[in-house]
Amino acid sequence: MRRGIAQLVAIGVVIALLLTVVAVVFKWLPTSASEEFDRIQAVYWFATVISIGIFALVAAVIVFSVWKWRVPLDDDADGPPIHGHTGLEIAWTAVPAILVIAIGVVSAVVLARNGEAGTRPLEINAIGQQFAWKFVYSDYDDLRSGQLVLPVNQEARFTMTAVDVLHSFWVPNFGQKMDAVPGIETSIIVTPTREGEFQVVCAELCGFGHATMRAKARVVSRAEFDRWIQEQNA
Amino acid sequence: MTTTLEHATPDHPGPDHGYPEHYEPPRGPYWRLFFGPGLVRGVWMALAFFVFGLLIVAGLRWWWGWDPILHWEVIAAVAGMTTAPIGFLAGIGSFDYWLHYIVGRPTRPEDHSGHGATSWKDYFRVNTDHKVIGIQYLVTTFVFFTIGGLMAMLFRAELAQPGLQFVDPQTFNGLVSVHATLMIFLFIIPAFAGIANFVVPLMLGAPDMAFPRLNALSFWLLPIAGLMFVTSFVVSGGAFGAGWTGYAPLAEGQPLGQTFFNIGVQWAGASSIMTALNFLVTIITMRAPGMTFWRMPLLVWANFTTSLLVVIATPFIAGSQFFVMFDRIMHTSFFVPDGGGYVLGYQHIFWFYSHPAVYIMMLPGFGIVSEVISSMSRKPIFGYRLMALSLMGILVLGFSVWAHHMFVAGMADWLRVPMMITTLLIAIPTGIKVFSWIATLWRGRIHLTTPMLFALGFVTMFTIGGLSGIYLGSVPIDIAASDTYFIVAHIHYVLFGGSVFTIFAGVYFWFPKITGRMYDERLGKLHFWLTFVSFNATFFPMHYVGLRGMPRRVSDYSEAFGDLNFAISIASFVLGASFVVFAYNIIVSWVRGPIAGGNPWRAHTLEWQVTSPPPIFNFDEIPQVVGGPYEYGVPGARHAVMSAAAAEPQEVRA
Repeated sequence: MRRGIAQLVAIGVVIALLLTVVAVVFKWLPTSASEEFDRIQAVYWFATVISIGIFALVAAVIVFSVWKWRVPLDDDADGPPIHGHTGLEIAWTAVPAILVIAIGVVSAVVLARNGEAGTRPLEINAIGQQFAWKFVYSDYDDLRSGQLVLPVNQEARFTMTAVDVLHSFWVPNFGQKMDAVPGIETSIIVTPTREGEFQVVCAELCGFGHATMRAKARVVSRAEFDRWIQEQNA
Repeated sequence: MTTTLEHATPDHPGPDHGYPEHYEPPRGPYWRLFFGPGLVRGVWMALAFFVFGLLIVAGLRWWWGWDPILHWEVIAAVAGMTTAPIGFLAGIGSFDYWLHYIVGRPTRPEDHSGHGATSWKDYFRVNTDHKVIGIQYLVTTFVFFTIGGLMAMLFRAELAQPGLQFVDPQTFNGLVSVHATLMIFLFIIPAFAGIANFVVPLMLGAPDMAFPRLNALSFWLLPIAGLMFVTSFVVSGGAFGAGWTGYAPLAEGQPLGQTFFNIGVQWAGASSIMTALNFLVTIITMRAPGMTFWRMPLLVWANFTTSLLVVIATPFIAGSQFFVMFDRIMHTSFFVPDGGGYVLGYQHIFWFYSHPAVYIMMLPGFGIVSEVISSMSRKPIFGYRLMALSLMGILVLGFSVWAHHMFVAGMADWLRVPMMITTLLIAIPTGIKVFSWIATLWRGRIHLTTPMLFALGFVTMFTIGGLSGIYLGSVPIDIAASDTYFIVAHIHYVLFGGSVFTIFAGVYFWFPKITGRMYDERLGKLHFWLTFVSFNATFFPMHYVGLRGMPRRVSDYSEAFGDLNFAISIASFVLGASFVVFAYNIIVSWVRGPIAGGNPWRAHTLEWQVTSPPPIFNFDEIPQVVGGPYEYGVPGARHAVMSAAAAEPQEVRA
């Protein structure tokens, strides 16, 4: 049996290594362009390590058992009458409990951090309407724009409303997402860390034009942002 | 072959009850064709009730002076989808017994002429035999599975390339919505009900379900719901396109098709509730002597917990859809913010059903897999009591997690962390089940038959679905991944790699019991491997495109995802084609497969101790249960004594 256990562990390690390669070689997440998404990606990797371990365990036991104990279909003997094992059952109740609570605690901490607006965030109202976004810069005389322009390394608080139906504000590279709901205000914080051009996507089905409800998001330097504001006001 | 009374039992006396063995209506054959219960009367009564509903609407609108008198949206809802189906049900005879009772006419004595099936025509009648109803359920649900699958291939064709090629966006939304609705309400939930209908009374040692007429009625509600979902494509404005979730306020502004969803769900939901009540009463009151709760097979436990979920949760979706329909038709403002409505209220009510619905769609599968893995490994199920208790754990926790569907919906911030914790905690009872299944394999004598392949495929695929569920349970990750293809991948790992695999496992496993014939093992294995590989090729890459930034429910998408979506679409067509192998195998084997014998798997539960197919009232003698259901390998252990006459130990029949 000791050799069997060694074989089982070997199968598990091979599966885990394969999965790790798949997890690392492919770029599963878009490049993070915000502090919030950096933290979300940390939780993602934490969950991925645990998931690879659990899947490798389950898959290894199945592969090993079928390989080791498969019998021809006309075999008519029975297996050993093992009804259970209290110690094992306690273990596989307690260990997953610890793991999921660990994920829960990490997630709660990150969620709280990602909700902190800093001392003076840039206030932007994002208004969803079939099928376009409108951004209102309330710090700058309610400047209105169909394009989202943000200064880098400055917390921005998006306050969302919707005119007609549900929409959802999402920039994949920012990680953050929030529905715009008719009748109430919702909000998220984004702190862009990377200059460049991104896409605002509507993530909540809002009708036949849902797929095309996109807007451009530009993250620029503080100076360029000020210049853009002046241009818009000119 | 006529229904003679050779199956008469002490509870169901023979001819000495004083009535003729078959109840014969007192008129001729034409009179009977048109006025006797059956599809012909169903059709004309549906038409008559439609006219009746139309007159109510038109009459009331004329009375109040409302214009137009013929308001077709209201007529569709009242006459088309409410009174006409009632007429149809009355016509086929679902209410005959109760109506006779109510109006004081002599009720038809229970002669069991509506019981059992001697020709294919009996499957198109109101039939009170749980085995016939089980087959009616399964055939109907696989028809709708095919329709829903074809819809999926249509929109996968559209998604093979960015841009629009085949369908316009509204039709696309309709296809996506109807696909999901059919798969959930007309396939997974009722297919499990079908399997359980056939198997649960047999497993309990009961002659039938507790309420056979209610059982027949709950089946006939299903085709009505399915017809509504499918025919919504032909009305003006097209099928309902607000997703199967039908979120307000989008659903409130949709064309007429949305009403088909609002009301179709009521019929499907009523069917579910009636069946669930029937299972609960059957399981509580009709267990054979000696069948204590702790001797029930896990499939029975699973359907017990599922039925509790159904009766508690289903009224909530009924309510949510009524509110939306009232907003649409009667201009109330439950979810209209300008009228004081609360948009998020819809989502709370909807998910208070629809999250438990995920377990309604999963727990019966857990039961099936427990049966298959135990008998195919020739070992007792590992940790039987904890397996049953973990079902109850999921039942209770399942009601406290609904808002994890709403982490980005804008609900109260403080609600997110508690809902995350309860969501993550569900991984514990679920993990117990997965670990117990693989522990059952350990040192077993594993028979790798088709149902076993599907069961093992289920355990691995469901583990992936469960793990992606942990990602989504974590609020920060969910905020990034919500509403993307990651969700599409997750639900298909849970509902296809999970539920549908278990349905396949169950159909193959009980096929010899249901038909008396054996399916083709080689074709079964081909079906499994084709399905397993193309399933993964279809849905695993969706995790990737979702995380990378492709939202769900879009007919058009960024060029960057073009190649992967092309590959996904090709794989999905292979997945669709793999179903042909299954259909061919089942149909051909049903007609001329080899005779299976009573107990081809040498299983211990009661349904395998009778002939295949089972006798009309299941047991010639009520069995006496004397032990647990999975005592494989225990010397001398037995689950039940089938006949008092043969009380000495008997070999399990091969």
